[in-house]
Amino acid sequence: MDSNRSLHYPLHRREVVEQVLSQRGTMLVVAGLGAPAWDVSAVGDEALNFPLWGAMGGAVSIGLGLALAQPSRRVMVITGDGEMLMGLGSLATVAVQSPPNLAIVVLDNERYGETGMQTTHTADKVDLASVASASGIPTCGTIKDHDGLRSVLPQILAEKGPVFFNIKVCAENLPLVLPPKDGAFLKDRFRLALLGNNAAC
Amino acid sequence: MSQLDFETWSNGIFQILLNQKIRQVAYVPDAGHLHLIRRCQESERMISVPLTTEEEGVALLAGAWLGGDRGVLLMQSSGVGNCLNMFSLTKVCRMPLLMLVTMRGEWGEFNPWQVPMGQITEKLLTTAGVLTFPVFASGMLEETVDAAAKMVFEGPAAGAVLISQRILGAKTFEK
Repeated sequence: MDSNRSLHYPLHRREVVEQVLSQRGTMLVVAGLGAPAWDVSAVGDEALNFPLWGAMGGAVSIGLGLALAQPSRRVMVITGDGEMLMGLGSLATVAVQSPPNLAIVVLDNERYGETGMQTTHTADKVDLASVASASGIPTCGTIKDHDGLRSVLPQILAEKGPVFFNIKVCAENLPLVLPPKDGAFLKDRFRLALLGNNAAC
Repeated sequence: MSQLDFETWSNGIFQILLNQKIRQVAYVPDAGHLHLIRRCQESERMISVPLTTEEEGVALLAGAWLGGDRGVLLMQSSGVGNCLNMFSLTKVCRMPLLMLVTMRGEWGEFNPWQVPMGQITEKLLTTAGVLTFPVFASGMLEETVDAAAKMVFEGPAAGAVLISQRILGAKTFEK
């Protein structure tokens, strides 16, 4: 195991998220706790973002419930490798439901970034895209560079889901860009923007 | 409990879930939920979501609520322990969470491995701020599910109906 290899990955997490969200349209976004929530917020704090400050292992399941409730909207889950590893079973549950509007993007820096950059299992043997594929998610891949990202961006944004892309990103400490952290506010803001007057019931 | 009783109260609960406009039905199966799960799977007004672990259901139903869907989580009491950290999501976001929990380790349990979790299920739920509605007689089931659902969705709150083994009949492996 080369535990330092992710220091040299060419893709930077915030440019990846910027590219995914720059054409978001009516997309609904769930961001896993820690750096992915800060990355999504760095692009812009939007009502139709649901950035998590906890619920580790739950981002994909939240995205699944949202995708099933809103079949006409693209639902984008953006999370990290540590968060994804805690909820691997949710990939199996997604595959069984097979929502055509759900896309999952993992920003894989092979580290637990919020706790001191300890390595995760993806720094060793674990290949998240293979896990997703073996679970039965039809479109999966690992992206390691700018050409790769360019070529799969249309799939991430629009291909019939569920789709899963693990994007290897450089392990780096970036300035925090924090979204609001009151969960009730985030939930009410999201529901008001999505459901309008129906949000009250 | 006869098969007829079992199907009768399962049908009654199913009707209440329909009346409450429940759409997403997440579950890790239990024999006590057998008939209810079947009814939900057959309903065109519901989406059934089998889970790999119960905490997925807590997160799934949070996403459902964000998208405007009501849901219910069906599980055995052993699954409550799997959910504990994820209950933070429900609480801090003030979301509704309706759970129907069939008890193990509580009334004539034959498997001692079920007893530790069964004995602390209600205490854990209460500690986590979840409303509990224990039921020990089948005649009380429908009205209890209805009362729990009203408090959950009008709260919003997290609430669990605890269905006793006394109703379900303690499981055995005897032939």
